Amino acid sequence: MNIAAQHIVDMLSVGGLYALMALGIGLIFGIMRLVNFAHGELVMIGGYAIWLIADLPGPLIVVLSLAIVAIFALAMERIAFRPLRDASPATLLVAAFAVSYFLQNLAMLIFGARPKPFTFADGLIENVVVFGLRVPQLQILSLVLTILALAGLALFLKRTRMGVQMRAAAQDFRMARLVGIPANRIIALAFLVSGILAWVVSLIYAAQIGQLSPTMGLQPVIIGFVATVIGGLGSLTGAAIGGFVVGCLSVGLQIMLPGDLREFREAFLFAALLLVLLVRPAGIVATSALKERV
Amino acid sequence: MGRGARGIFVAAWPVIVLSLLLVAIVVAAGYASPSVQRVITEMLIRVVIVVGAYIFIGNSGVLSFGHVGFMAIGAYVTAWLTIPVAQKPYVLPDLPAFLASAEWANLPAALAAGAAASFIALVFGAALMRLSGIAASIGTFAMLVIVQTVFSHWDEMTGGASSLYGLPTYTTMTVALAWAVVTMVAAFAYQQSNSGFRLRSSREDPVAAASFGVNIHRERLTAFVVSAFFVGIGGVLHAHFLGIVVASSFFLATTFLLIAMLVIGGISSLSGAVIGVVVVSLLAELLRRAEGGIDLGVFVIPGGPGLREVGLAFVMLVILVFRPNGLMNGREIGLPRMVRLRPARDGGPILKSSESSE
Repeated sequence: MNIAAQHIVDMLSVGGLYALMALGIGLIFGIMRLVNFAHGELVMIGGYAIWLIADLPGPLIVVLSLAIVAIFALAMERIAFRPLRDASPATLLVAAFAVSYFLQNLAMLIFGARPKPFTFADGLIENVVVFGLRVPQLQILSLVLTILALAGLALFLKRTRMGVQMRAAAQDFRMARLVGIPANRIIALAFLVSGILAWVVSLIYAAQIGQLSPTMGLQPVIIGFVATVIGGLGSLTGAAIGGFVVGCLSVGLQIMLPGDLREFREAFLFAALLLVLLVRPAGIVATSALKERV
Repeated sequence: MGRGARGIFVAAWPVIVLSLLLVAIVVAAGYASPSVQRVITEMLIRVVIVVGAYIFIGNSGVLSFGHVGFMAIGAYVTAWLTIPVAQKPYVLPDLPAFLASAEWANLPAALAAGAAASFIALVFGAALMRLSGIAASIGTFAMLVIVQTVFSHWDEMTGGASSLYGLPTYTTMTVALAWAVVTMVAAFAYQQSNSGFRLRSSREDPVAAASFGVNIHRERLTAFVVSAFFVGIGGVLHAHFLGIVVASSFFLATTFLLIAMLVIGGISSLSGAVIGVVVVSLLAELLRRAEGGIDLGVFVIPGGPGLREVGLAFVMLVILVFRPNGLMNGREIGLPRMVRLRPARDGGPILKSSESSE
C-alpha cells in the first residue's frame, strides 16, 4: 500500500515536470507553429545561471537567474525566429534545431564539456515523513513548485487579458491579429512565459540529476516534445495531459520492467508512445492545428 | 520529350554534372596528402548519407531526425557479417552461432546491411507515415532514441557502449566515390519516377495531391524505405572507413550535421543536397583547423572543442534567415544555355517540371 502510494507520488512529480516542459513547448507551437528545440537549452542556461551566482543571497539568485533565462528566451525569438516568422514549420524546426545546437556548443566552449556538480540546498536530500510516507524534501519542493507553476499558468491564461489574447492567438493566429491582438507583443510574451516555465524546470531538474552539462537540456526537451505530440500538438490542455501520461508511463516502466530489460526503458517508453500515436495519430486532444487549411 | 540519347542526356544532366564535380574533386585529391584524401573520403561518405536522406526528406518535405538510426543499423549489420571469424570471439563473445561463423564478402554484406535498414524503415514507417508532417518528424526522433538505446545496451550483439573493432577498412576514396555516384543516380531516378512525382506533388500541396488520388501514406513509405537503404549503405561505408563502430556516434551530433548539410544546400533538390555536403564539409574542415584558436593579428579568437559546432550552427542560421530555401534554392543545376532545348528541369514546384514528364 505504502509502496503504491510512493509510486503515485513519483508519477505525479515526474509527470508534473514533463507537463511543464510540454507546456513551454506547446505554447510556442500553438502560436507560431514553431517546434522549439531550443527550449531544452533554456533549461540548461537556467541551471548554469544558478550555478554561476550561487553565492548571492537566495532571493537575488531567484530574480537574477530568472532574468537571465528570460533574456535568452526573448533574444532567441528576436534574433532567430522573428525573421523566419512566415517560413514553413519545417524551416522553423530546423532553425530551432540550429539555435539549440548553437547554445549547447557555446556552453561547451565557455564551461567545458565536463559535467559540473550542482548542489542546490544540501538539506533537501533528507527524507521527511508525510502521511506515513518517507519522501525526500526535494520531491516535495518539486511537487509544490510544479503545482504553483501549473496553477499560475492556468490563472494567467484564463483570467488575465494577456492570457486570453494568448489563447486566442494559439487557436487561430491570423484571426487573432484581425481582431487587433498585437502579434509581436503576444509572441514575445509567449517566449517570456515559456522561459519562466523552463526556469522552473531547470531548478527542479538540475537539483534532481545533481549536475550541469551543456547537453542536459536534451533529455527533457525530447520528452517534452513527445508529450506535446501525444497530448495533441496545438492544445495546451493536451500538452499538460501528455506530460502526465509520459511521466506515468516512464515511472510505470521503471517499476514493471524486469532488471535486465530496465536499461532498455527509453526504448520501451518511446515504442509505447509510437503505439499511442498509431491509435490516435492526432494525439489525445485532437485540434485543427495540424490540418491543412484549404 | 524525345527519348533519344540526347533526351536521356538532357534529363540526367544534373546527375552528370554532380558526378563530374565529385570525380574532379577526387582526381585533384589524388595529388594531395593522405590526410586531405581522408577528408575527401569522409565527404563522399556524407554524400551517400545526405543524398540517401534527401530521397525521403527532400521529396516528401517531411523532416526526419531518425535517419542516423539507419546509419547505425547499416554499420552494425556489416560489422556482424564482416569482422573476421577468428576475431569475433574477442570482440563479441556472445554472438549467436550463425553470426559468429559468418564472414561475408564486403559487397554482399553492404547490401544486406542496406536491406536491414530498409526493413526497419518499413516497420517504423508503417506507423510514422500515418502522422502529419510535424508530428511525423517528432516521431522519427522517437525512432532514433529507440535505435540508440537498443544498440548502446544490447551487450551480446553490440558490446554495449564500448566499440566494435576489426572491420576491414576497405572504404577508399574510389569506393566512396562509386557509392556516391550510385546513390545520386538512384535518387535522381526515383525523383523522376512516377512515384517520385506523386510524392513531390504531395509536398507542394497535400490536399490537392490527395484530391488527385495520390496515396500520400504509401508514397512517403516507399521513399522512406528506399532512403533508409542508402543511408544504411552510408553507415556501412563509415564503419569500414574507421574500422570501428561505436553506438554513441550515431546520435544527435551526426543528425545535426546531416540536417545542416541538407538545409544549407537546399532541402528540395538533389543538387542542393550534394552542394550542401561539399560546402559544409569544407567549412567544417576549416573550423576544425581553427579549433586551436584563430589569430586575427589584433586579437585572438580562442579555440576549443565546440567551436566547429558553434560556427556551423551560426552559418546555418544565417542561411536560413537570408536564403530560407538553401544555396540552390530548390533548383537543380541547369543546362548551359547553348545546349538548352527548353527550360531546364527544376527541382522546385512540381507544376513547373510536369510538362516534361512525357
